[in-house]
Amino acid sequence: MMHSLLAEGMGVQNWTYILVGITFTLYIGIAIWSRAGSTKEFYVAGGGVSPLANGMATAADWMSAASFISMAGIISFAGYDGAVYLMGWTGGYVLLALLLAPYLRKFGKFTVPDFIGDRYYSKTARIVAVFCALLVSFTYVAGQMRGVGIVFSRFLEVDINTGVIIGMLIVLFYAVLGGMKGITYTQVAQYCVLIFAFMVPAIFISIQMTGNPIPQLGFGGELTDGSGTYLLDKLDGLSTQLGFSEYTEGSKSLIDVFAITLALMVGTAGLPHVIVRFFTVKRVKDARKSAGIALLLIVLLYSTAPAVAVFARTNMIETVSNKPYAGVPDWFTKWETTGLISFTDKNNDGLIKYVANKEQNELIVDRDIMVLANPEIANLPDWVIALVAAGGLAAALSTAAGLLLVISASVSHDLIKKIINPKISEKGELIAARLSAVGAVCVAGYFGINPPGFVAAVVALAFGLAAASFFPAIILGIFYKRMNKEGAIAGMVAGITAMLLYMIKYKLGWFDETLPDKSEWWFGISPEGFGSIAMLLNFIVSIVIMKFTPAPPKDVQDIVENIRIPIGVGKAIKH
Amino acid sequence: MIDKKNAKAYWKENIKYLTWLLIIWFIVSFGAGILFKDALNSIKIGGFKLGFWFAQQGSMYVFAILIFVYVRLMNKLDKKYGYDA
Repeated sequence: MMHSLLAEGMGVQNWTYILVGITFTLYIGIAIWSRAGSTKEFYVAGGGVSPLANGMATAADWMSAASFISMAGIISFAGYDGAVYLMGWTGGYVLLALLLAPYLRKFGKFTVPDFIGDRYYSKTARIVAVFCALLVSFTYVAGQMRGVGIVFSRFLEVDINTGVIIGMLIVLFYAVLGGMKGITYTQVAQYCVLIFAFMVPAIFISIQMTGNPIPQLGFGGELTDGSGTYLLDKLDGLSTQLGFSEYTEGSKSLIDVFAITLALMVGTAGLPHVIVRFFTVKRVKDARKSAGIALLLIVLLYSTAPAVAVFARTNMIETVSNKPYAGVPDWFTKWETTGLISFTDKNNDGLIKYVANKEQNELIVDRDIMVLANPEIANLPDWVIALVAAGGLAAALSTAAGLLLVISASVSHDLIKKIINPKISEKGELIAARLSAVGAVCVAGYFGINPPGFVAAVVALAFGLAAASFFPAIILGIFYKRMNKEGAIAGMVAGITAMLLYMIKYKLGWFDETLPDKSEWWFGISPEGFGSIAMLLNFIVSIVIMKFTPAPPKDVQDIVENIRIPIGVGKAIKH
Repeated sequence: MIDKKNAKAYWKENIKYLTWLLIIWFIVSFGAGILFKDALNSIKIGGFKLGFWFAQQGSMYVFAILIFVYVRLMNKLDKKYGYDA
């Protein structure tokens, strides 16, 4: 028994070394091939990326460790409520494609603060935008580096910190050398790795449980056990038996589901690392098309995740609920040692009791298990298990690289070139960009190794911050010619302040002795959903202040008219 | 120099498309997936309750379709106004 366990473990581990080794070599090879020679190549890959490549890169840029590792698990425990992430993180692309991407591409600069600074003809506006971009990107990137460390430590049994450092070195190599150009083409490769790694186990399990190779259809199908029961009906039944609410019903209030979905959608459309991807294509029509391709590629994973959630939850309940602890499968023991599964036999009957009631429940399962251990729970081959590790790393690294670029461009372009030293040479700016990328990687790595307690809490709120700051300022900048700097600055400051205060009070609990109860939330809206209120506040403040202050100068109004017309985009560099 | 009248007419048609597409965007997600979920759940297609399906599957498919419809509409519009250089 001991021997076979060991042999099996070696199998997975060797496969993991092989697959991770191959993918990392690929990323480094791409980085060497696509070095950046100018600031335009460093910031926006020369502006000549094809819509398909940009769509794939955007999808990888967007899908982070959270999408790949945690999302299916979150849905698995939240049931219907998990839809806030599914709709929120995809619906934002419709806003992006229709309301932002084409016009920002036409505007044709390098960063989001570039747009805010020029459109609102003000250094103050640019500085406020830089502050928001850094705040959003840093909270987000710390979570990614942590994700890299976790995947390394679980699959390759190295220390989490060693994992973070290996991840830092890889990202450093291709982000610093290649800039946006290197990042774009590694992200294309990373999309392929991560989608393959996500789909293969899902298809295997779908066939096992429902006989249908398409997971999206499988989880609405009948079970293969001959009972003729629908899988979802069975899971609803199991959930209520154990005291949980019905899987397909959920437990959050309607207004909160509405608010969170809206905040995530608008936040997605306002995230600077996603927006800048649309600066890299050649023409305005390419920006629209690549947004469509990106969403299609994202939906491939996002529509599979709820199926994985249902398969994994049903499988888990069936495998462990009310079964003797002495007879648990190998994977259970293995994940127990990592602390992600824990069992305490409260009533000493030797059986695993898994119920909603916290007093009686004996089993605690970390949500990340649902994706990481899913192939093992379903007894899939070793190479499939190893593939999940390579996929998780691809997802975390691609997002981290995109964020680091936003950070370095904010510093070297928006702060140094546009504000501190406008006389800096092209070569000097490129060196500054590379140095700030190095600095950003080190800061991100530091947070990955020493995560402040509030990072996890804040990452989820990066969307709220983006929704409260950038989204209204950009939308008004494009669709409302009369919007002036006074309005936009006041709106951004009001939105982000409201969001930060609500977050500090109701998420971090720093204003009170203890974290205030849910019943004190304004209108019953959680901190995650408050981004939608803060966004409304931004819109209202912007418009009211604008009414009392002078209209923007004629040349700025001309910029607005100009970005609405899709011709006359600046020249791109051929790849 | 861009012809102002032409540009205005182009923008007006663009706004019309945006409005319609965003109405559909709202109906499938916030409508079918959230506000009217309970009513739709009484309809079942295969093993899926319809409201649940819209929330976790259908809305996402419609989102992707909406963007491609917009791409087509705008490519046509660009041609009509001579902006497809």
